[in-house]
Amino acid sequence: MSVLVYTEINKGKVKKASLEAVNYAAKIAELTGSSATAVAINADAAQLEEIGKAGAKKILSVKNDALASLDSMLISSTVEQAAKAEGSKIIIFSFDITGKAAAPRLAARLKAGFVAGAVDYPTVNGASLEVKKNVFSGKATAVYSINSDIKIISLLPNSFPVKLGDNAATVSDFAVELPASKIVVKEKKSTDVGGMVPLPEAELVVSAGRGMKGPENWGMIEELAKELKATTACSRPVADMHWRPHHEHVGQTGVAIRPNLYFAIGISGAIQHLAGVNGSKTIVVINSDKEAPFFKSADYGVVGDAFTIVPKLIEAVKKFKANQN
Amino acid sequence: MKILVPISNVPDTTTKIAFTNGDTEFNAAGVQFIINPYDEWYALVRALELKEAGKAEKVTLIHVGLADSDATIRKGFALGADDGVRIDAEGPDAYFVAEQIANYAKANGYDLIMTGKETISFNGSSVGGMIAGFMDLPLISLATKFDLEGNKATVEHDVDGGTQVVECELPLVISCAKGMAEQRIPNMKGIMGARTKPLTVVAASGSDKLTNVKSYTLSAGRTTCKMIDENNMDELVNLLHTEAKVI
Repeated sequence: MSVLVYTEINKGKVKKASLEAVNYAAKIAELTGSSATAVAINADAAQLEEIGKAGAKKILSVKNDALASLDSMLISSTVEQAAKAEGSKIIIFSFDITGKAAAPRLAARLKAGFVAGAVDYPTVNGASLEVKKNVFSGKATAVYSINSDIKIISLLPNSFPVKLGDNAATVSDFAVELPASKIVVKEKKSTDVGGMVPLPEAELVVSAGRGMKGPENWGMIEELAKELKATTACSRPVADMHWRPHHEHVGQTGVAIRPNLYFAIGISGAIQHLAGVNGSKTIVVINSDKEAPFFKSADYGVVGDAFTIVPKLIEAVKKFKANQN
Repeated sequence: MKILVPISNVPDTTTKIAFTNGDTEFNAAGVQFIINPYDEWYALVRALELKEAGKAEKVTLIHVGLADSDATIRKGFALGADDGVRIDAEGPDAYFVAEQIANYAKANGYDLIMTGKETISFNGSSVGGMIAGFMDLPLISLATKFDLEGNKATVEHDVDGGTQVVECELPLVISCAKGMAEQRIPNMKGIMGARTKPLTVVAASGSDKLTNVKSYTLSAGRTTCKMIDENNMDELVNLLHTEAKVI
């Protein structure tokens, strides 16, 4: 009857979103009087240890090369077999790329009520779980009641900071029987983010828009991001004009993010842009137009020319970092 | 080869959202409804392009909702969809919606089901994956490019840290993201033709709703924006550290 949680390794590390999901599962286990069991895919000893530190009492370690493709049919089947072995009635995913594909498939397979993109811990109400999620692209939240016997929740990344303790999990090998994947991977293209944290996981983001006037002016944006150890992003027009690569585009049609700190430099704040960033904990807007709508959705605002403000900001950040050390 | 495109009926992006009945229901009064943009711009338009290229015979829209969404389905006809099906029941539980669509698709032999990557109303990214689960079909999610040669689909889609190109035989479910196609504006011929295209209403096939919304709350907007002098970036950095505690 453990709370089951799916975890994933990416680029040699347990994904941050997976560690958040393990923390979340451990908390739900506490609320429902059980314990958290993690499913780990092709993880090594150090990675398994980290999943334990995040709060999994037990880890089902699955080694299977077919899972490397992350075909959601195979992932869903793996978690289904683990849920049956554990008798789990509550299953947790991250609301990341894999979770968006595998969790709904599993919900259909197990006749499980599913809430995608939870932003808070559930409350237990009799046999139901009540979970809050964002709706209408962040304009509102809704509390869903999950009333089915088996319940699946996926957690919106960056909803809680990752906590690692000294818990050590019991690891057992878990063999799965998988259907043959019907998807043949022909080519992988990895996005070069130059050592930055990928946008969906980034806690600090420096984003810029048309106000930068041209791609040749992005040097200062990159420098500010580097000083803050932040990830760079951009608005839709900037990506559409090919000033910046498409994977940097945040907003409703691009990547939706919710970092701790979002700098919007030379971005007016169209509603479609806000829909992708309004979950950010703190928003700083720098814009030459004091009527820019983004100021209404900002915590801190600076009116003026980005070309003079950003260099001053870089100096201020450098000074701050020097004093910290 | 027939393509089924599930569409959702959602408030226009710029709508000011409000709730009614003790904050348990969306207040639809005075709200302009549209086809969910991801369903329209990416899934439907790409499906129409495939038909125009002679790679599909028919593009059918399917929607789970009540009669008030017929106008939205006809907008899809105006863009070029051949016909439509409305399952006469209310959502929004994704399991319920997906099972209705999967049952219809199974009974009527569709080879390709193209959904948007998520709706702008409930933002769950769930229905495509669930349809694939109900029909035991492969799912390729967040597709940004899609083409067909005979029965074989070649798809580029987003994965963690990049993209990948995959091949898969039909039948298949894909969820569509930016890059698949460009938004279209319906022309006069399309708009005139939309009135007479067949829209079949089908009763729901008695599946369960496994979740329900207990209450809605409007997100608290940011009430005050603290303005910082452009010559005082030290103060901004200091506030981000001591007040916002984010650096």
